[in-house]
Amino acid sequence: MPLLQLEQLSKWFEIKRTIFSKPLYLRAVDGVNLSLEEGEAISIVGESGCGKTTLGKTILRLYEPTGGKIIFEGRDITFERAEALLWYKRRAQIVQQDPFGSLPPFFTVYRILEEPLLIHQIGNAKLRREMIYKALETVRLTPVEEFAPKYPHMLSGGQRQRVAIARAMILRPKLIVADEPVSMLDASVRIEILKLMRDLQKRFSMSFIYITHDLATTRYFSERISIMYAGQIIEIGPSNNIINEPLHPYTQALLKAIPDPDANNRKIFREVPPGEPPNLISPPPGCRFHPRCPYTMDICRIESPPEIYLQKDHMVRCWLYAKK
Amino acid sequence: MAETILEVKNLYMYYKVRDHAVKAVDNISLELNKGETLAIVGESGCGKSSLAISIFRLLPRNIYLFKGDIFVEGENIMRLDEEEFRKRIRWRKISMVFQGAMNSLNPVIKCGFQIAEPLIIHDGVDKEEALKIAKETLAMVGVHPSFADRYPFELSGGMRQRVVIAMALIKKPPIVILDEPTSALDVITQANIMNLLKRLKVELKLSYIFITHDIPLSSELADKVAVMYAGEVVERAPAEIFYGSPSHPYSAKLMASVPTLKTLKEIDFIPGAPPNLISPPPGCRFHPRCPYTMDICRIESPPEIYLQKDHMVRCWLYAKK
Repeated sequence: MPLLQLEQLSKWFEIKRTIFSKPLYLRAVDGVNLSLEEGEAISIVGESGCGKTTLGKTILRLYEPTGGKIIFEGRDITFERAEALLWYKRRAQIVQQDPFGSLPPFFTVYRILEEPLLIHQIGNAKLRREMIYKALETVRLTPVEEFAPKYPHMLSGGQRQRVAIARAMILRPKLIVADEPVSMLDASVRIEILKLMRDLQKRFSMSFIYITHDLATTRYFSERISIMYAGQIIEIGPSNNIINEPLHPYTQALLKAIPDPDANNRKIFREVPPGEPPNLISPPPGCRFHPRCPYTMDICRIESPPEIYLQKDHMVRCWLYAKK
Repeated sequence: MAETILEVKNLYMYYKVRDHAVKAVDNISLELNKGETLAIVGESGCGKSSLAISIFRLLPRNIYLFKGDIFVEGENIMRLDEEEFRKRIRWRKISMVFQGAMNSLNPVIKCGFQIAEPLIIHDGVDKEEALKIAKETLAMVGVHPSFADRYPFELSGGMRQRVVIAMALIKKPPIVILDEPTSALDVITQANIMNLLKRLKVELKLSYIFITHDIPLSSELADKVAVMYAGEVVERAPAEIFYGSPSHPYSAKLMASVPTLKTLKEIDFIPGAPPNLISPPPGCRFHPRCPYTMDICRIESPPEIYLQKDHMVRCWLYAKK
C-alpha cells in the first residue's frame, strides 16, 4: 500500500469580480493522480504559476480540496474535519520556501521547536528538552546550547532553514513536503541543505515531496520526477529517464532551456517554444500545451490526452504516444 | 587587437552602516573589451551589485568611501561631476538593466512613453518622434510595436523584461550593465531573453557586464568571467578556462557546487558562510573556508598573480616560491 495516494485531486480558487457576476474559477490544480511509497522522495517540477505550491499545500490540507481524493495510510482524509486532521498533521509536515518569513520572529529557536510538541501534547518539559536538543543535533546546529536561545534574526539563511527542517522533523513525520526549500539560499549553501535533507530522509526513511522550479537539483534529491504544467502533471518517471529521455514536448523544452556551465553556450542560440504558460482561469481546450507545442496535431486541440504508460513507471500525457 | 572600452582601476566603494564601513567594493580592477561580455559571478552579498552601481554611479546616501579610476573609451569618468556624468555618460555611454526592473515599471503610464521618456526629457526630441523611436526599439527587442500603447499590467513577465531592455537601449549606449536580468523569470522565458541578448550583442556590437549568481546562466553570454568573493575579485579568466578548470579554490568549489543536467557528477558544497564585509578575515578572505589554507593565507592578502596574460588569480597557491 502506498503511503500517499492522490486521485483526481483538484483545487480551484473562486474569483468573484462583483457580487452579482457568476464566479470564475482558477484551476490551480486540476485532476492530479500521484502515489508515493514510504521512504520515497519525489520531485514536483514546474514553472511559476503551474500550481505546484498549491498542490503541496492541498496535499497537506492547508487548502481545502475542491475535488478528488487524498488517501494517507489507507485513510481518506480529503474532507476530514479539523479535529480529526490533527492525526494527519502529526504525520505530514512542511518546509517552506522563505526561511525569513516562516519562523516567528519573537520566538527563540527552542520555543519554535517546542511549539509542535506542545500542540500535539507530547512529553513533559524534560523530555521535550531532550527532543529539541536532539533535533538541533540532527540538523547540525551545534553546539545546541548555543543555538537554542537564539532568535531567527541572529541566524543566517542556511541556519534558519535548518531550524525549519528541525521543526518539521521533530514529530518524526512520515511525509515532508518541502516547497522550494533552497531557492532563497546562496548557491554554495543550497547543496549543503539539500544533502542534509536527503540524508535525514534516508536515515529516518521518511517520504519527501520536493517542490521546485530547478530541474537540475532534482536528480540529486529524488528517485522520481514529476513535471507539472498548467495545473496538471504531464509526465512522471524515474529521475534518470526524465532527464535523459524526456517524452513530453514540454519536458523536452524545459531541459533544452536549462544550460549546463559550458564556454560554448555563448556561441549558440537555444531552441525554445514561443509564448508563455496559459491563464488557469480559461486554459486552452485539449492538451494545455498545444498552443506552444511544435508537434500539435488536430486531436491535441480538442481532447485532453490521457495518462499513457510507456513503461510500468513512466507516465506521459501526450497524444504523440497514444496507440493508433 | 581587441579595443578596451571600459577599464576599472583600483575601485573602492564602502558603505557606512552605523559606525562601521562595509567594504562592498574593495580595490577592484577590471577590463571590458569592445563587443565582449564580462560576467561577474559571486554569491549574494559579495559586492557584485555594488560594483554595478559604482560604475553607473547610482550611489546610496550612506557612502563612506568612493575612489579609484573608471575609464570609458579612454576618458576617466571618475573626474566628471554629477551634472556632466548625467549628461554625457549615464544611459548614453553606459546603461543598465536592473534586477527585478520589470516589476518597477510605472503602472499608470503606457510602455511606449516610458521607453521614450529620456529622449523627450533629456534630448528635447518631440513626443511623436520619440514614440516612433521607442516603437523601433521595441521591435528590435522582439515586442510588437503596437505594445507601446499598452500598460505594463497587460504584458507578461517576459514581455515586460523586454520593455526594460528596450529602455536601456533607447539612447544606443555601447556598454550595458545587466544586473540579474532574468532572475524573476521562468527557465523557458529566461532562455528566450538570453537568445535576445545574444542577438543584440552582435547586431548592435554591445559590450555587456553581466552580473549574476547563476553560473550556468553566466556561460550563456560570458566571454570572460570575474569571480567576486567578499568585495574582491579573486579570479579573472577567459570563459574556456573558467568553465573548464578554474584556478582559485573558491572558483573551483563554486563550479563543483553547480548541479548539472547533462553530465552526472558528484556535487559538493562550501562549508561555512561568506564573511561579513565590516570586518572581513585578515589575509585571504576565503581562508577560513579554503581546503588548502597555508600560514601565509591567514596573515597576508594574496597579490594579483597572472597565470596567463588574461588569467589573473589572487591566491597564494600560485605565488612563485
